[in-house]
Amino acid sequence: MRLIAALLRRDVGMLLSGGKQGGSMLPLMFFLAVAALYPFAVGPDAAMLRRTGGGVVWIAALLASLLPVDRLIAPDLEDGTLDQLAIREVAEETVLAARIVAHWLSFAPLLLLATFVAAALFNLTGELLAYLLLGLLAGTPGLAALGVLTAALLSGVRSGPALGGLIFLPLAVPLVIFGAGSLVRLEPAAILLTAAVSLVLMAVAPFAGGAALRAAREDQA
Amino acid sequence: MHGFANPRRFLRLARWLVPATLALGLLLTATGLMWGLLRVPPDRLLGDTVRIMFVHVPAAWLGMGGWAGLTLAGVALLVWRHPLAAIAGRAMAVPGLVFTVICLVTGSIWGRPSWGTWWEWDGRLTSMLVLGFLYIAYIALSDAYARTAQLSAVPAIFALVGAINLPIINRSVVWWNSLHQPASITIGKNAIDTAYLWPLLVSALGMALLFGAATLMRMRALLAHIQAEARLRREASGAPAALARVGG
Repeated sequence: MRLIAALLRRDVGMLLSGGKQGGSMLPLMFFLAVAALYPFAVGPDAAMLRRTGGGVVWIAALLASLLPVDRLIAPDLEDGTLDQLAIREVAEETVLAARIVAHWLSFAPLLLLATFVAAALFNLTGELLAYLLLGLLAGTPGLAALGVLTAALLSGVRSGPALGGLIFLPLAVPLVIFGAGSLVRLEPAAILLTAAVSLVLMAVAPFAGGAALRAAREDQA
Repeated sequence: MHGFANPRRFLRLARWLVPATLALGLLLTATGLMWGLLRVPPDRLLGDTVRIMFVHVPAAWLGMGGWAGLTLAGVALLVWRHPLAAIAGRAMAVPGLVFTVICLVTGSIWGRPSWGTWWEWDGRLTSMLVLGFLYIAYIALSDAYARTAQLSAVPAIFALVGAINLPIINRSVVWWNSLHQPASITIGKNAIDTAYLWPLLVSALGMALLFGAATLMRMRALLAHIQAEARLRREASGAPAALARVGG
């Protein structure tokens, strides 16, 4: 327990400030920039923005959670932190579970706050905003788990950001379908399904990611 | 199964298995398609467009079967550390993607006359499209790993995670009842006429053999590539030439 708390404290600090790479403010600014760009692309018709804005917020949230993927695992791999933890017989699964929580803490609360701004930009009604916030609250843990899983799968290769997106996006499709789908008919059931997908991803990601980290380490040997 | 852990034994088997599956696959596919395209009567509702089925349905089966194969190869690699399983996974991904694309394209062409649209965001079509993207991601990931470790197990883990999509495709026509029809052929039950069933099965068997032939050919090519690389590395390091063997 003390170990997990220490890991969490360290990971949150690292991801929030981000050292020289900008931390969690950059994905947030990116999220708002995408939201602000959308009315330029399709025109400022209020009714249309209200109808489609929620989906755009989902896409922007997806992209914003994808941005930090290359610094979720790679820095710790390069400076040997992960090897040190492995030597002390801390399971990779524990490390990754803590990192999923830290990743979520570093982007999701800020993103939920920024959703209020995006809702104002898109003229969303109060009810739509409530569904959007609930859906994002249910879906962002799944996005965080997917981000960490993607980072673990890429831990053995030097690759550009495109490969991360290629792995991340098809696995994120169910979250978007149910999360954004809840906005079309304003159904609570879709939010529950989003939460269900999130839970599955959170349960799978530490184990699949841990196996990937070990396999990538074996490749180096 | 570990008899084939020695690639030499596998290569000896593959040498005659490749031409056999290729010839039989071409023969059966040609028979099935000629039968289906020329000899079968037009359908009461679909007319002549029903003939697309003889390409579309086998391609869909093989697209999904390919990922099932990736999953099995992944299990064999992760559980039994079977060295050929990593090669088999990388070899199967490309024909799997090709059949998935054939399924999507022929489905789109079929959808235009019978549904009045090239594309519909229904559960079956969407999940098949996602399968195509998963194949692309798997190929990109395994290529990236192959640069440093030819037998890496990391792509296998991605294959296992992506396998979650298979039951979704299979059940999609039941869960989301929209344009795509539910399954006509399930185990122990068949709702299509034997005049259509036989050419369909023949062309499916032929295409499956072609899938197998392509996989075996790619496995041989990958093994040859690995051997050539290992030999270059040995020569570069100045070690005396040893027996060529598979190594990462």
